[in-house]
Amino acid sequence: MTTTALPLVEHFALGLDAPICLTWELTYACNLACSHCLSSSGRRDPRELSTDECKAVIDELQRMQVFYVNIGGGEPTVRSDFWELLDYATSHDVGVKFSTNGIKIDAEAARRIAANSYVDVQISIDGATADVNDSVRGEGSFDTAVRALQHLADVGVSPKLSVVCTRYNIPQLDQFKAIADRFGAQLRLTRLRPSGRGADVWDDLHPTQAQQRELYDWLVRNGEGVLTGDSFFHLAAYGESLPGLNLCGAGRVVCLIDPVGDVYACPFAIHDQFLAGNVRSEGGFDRVWRESELFLELREPQSGGTCKSCDQYDACRGGCMAAKFFTGLPLDGPDPECVKGYGEMALSKVTPGAAPKPSLDHSHKGGVRGGPVPLTLTIRRPDKACDENPLTGVQL
Amino acid sequence: MAADPVRLDATTVLDQGWDVDPRVSIRPESFGALLYHFGTRRLSFLKDRRLLDVVQRLPQSATAREACLAVGLSEAELATYGRSLATLVATDMLVARRPSVPGPGDPA
Ligand code: SF4
Ligand code: SF4
Repeated sequence: MTTTALPLVEHFALGLDAPICLTWELTYACNLACSHCLSSSGRRDPRELSTDECKAVIDELQRMQVFYVNIGGGEPTVRSDFWELLDYATSHDVGVKFSTNGIKIDAEAARRIAANSYVDVQISIDGATADVNDSVRGEGSFDTAVRALQHLADVGVSPKLSVVCTRYNIPQLDQFKAIADRFGAQLRLTRLRPSGRGADVWDDLHPTQAQQRELYDWLVRNGEGVLTGDSFFHLAAYGESLPGLNLCGAGRVVCLIDPVGDVYACPFAIHDQFLAGNVRSEGGFDRVWRESELFLELREPQSGGTCKSCDQYDACRGGCMAAKFFTGLPLDGPDPECVKGYGEMALSKVTPGAAPKPSLDHSHKGGVRGGPVPLTLTIRRPDKACDENPLTGVQL
Repeated sequence: MAADPVRLDATTVLDQGWDVDPRVSIRPESFGALLYHFGTRRLSFLKDRRLLDVVQRLPQSATAREACLAVGLSEAELATYGRSLATLVATDMLVARRPSVPGPGDPA
């Protein structure tokens, strides 16, 4: 793709007839309470799409020829109709890639996955050791993930091992690769964005400039064997573009359907400003995708703003819209993690607390038992004094 | 992905009959089309509408050359389009048509 990508990227930037990277979060419910959760998940939303409504969405995706959906959450497997929906999608020409923390991946689930050749599974870990992982994802979550990997390996399924890169796990890149190799998995590295609860921990968890360089060199060395989606195209400003999608596809080739059917420009942009419509409305998802004002606006040629004068603009394109938005930076300027340091400069001028907050929060009130204990974090909590209720535990 | 697959040259591809792999879904787009292979999970694309016409014509054509000419390509354009088809062959989007009558020495 790399040699012919440029003209195609221009087409992608103007939008496609249907998304190619569609994320569908089936539920906000989750057994964990990861400190960086992009969707601030925890509790189920009572307005969640019903089984029949989900099937109607799948019918629509089939008509639109959306080749596959990336199913996530929350923890999608805690929905009681999860496997039913999975089979429904794959028997209607919609492939499924789903992300899970592994909680429901026992021997039987692994066999089900092995039996359906249109399903890919992705297990999340955020540390190559239990201490680093559990400090972000909660006590026992590393063991849960490893158990799931073992069940999958036992039936010959090759999953993806999905890692959000943080300050604490960048030194573990080779170890992640070793774990992936051990279970016959493919490693997928993604970027920590200040979305959802991620905004609260971003300052403490996002990689340092030196680590970004380390990550870039590591990715260049490991080439196409490691997946990155659209995560690191802002690092292309170091020189060489990386395999994967090298542009912000929000509303152009990417979008999110959330558990209640709201359609956002990107899974990392759950905010009213990026809300395009709802699948329950007249005309359904198809009309939202084709006609929403927000999406049409995003498909207009972008000005580039202050980045336009940068000699790396063609490679980096100013980076990630969501990362800029939730750190309070203008959307047409540099990414907060701009490799040239312009982002840091711009961040220093943002009034503390002025960055927009996510519009939704389904976090467990008062956390969960064995929830994440930060290594050295200073989490900024919203100052709601009565937010502590010792009786609220994990509720699935 | 893996190492570059063996590539056929344009003439070899043009002289044979091809079908779109049944696991491939083709979605027309303004610039041409997107192709997705459900088996290899690879996304690919056709960079212009005429290439899409050729691909859609393949099943009714004895050879790729015939498909190209049927959609109005000139002899001079054949090499370019043959190369594009070779890429689709190399990524398993197209599969060689099995001859309907087994030739001498063909495995039964
Ligand atoms: S906003 Fe960021 S995460 Fe979303 S599509 Fe754009 S670059 Fe990717
Ligand atoms: S100035 Fe803008 S285009 Fe240049 S490297 Fe930084 S974010 Fe990228």
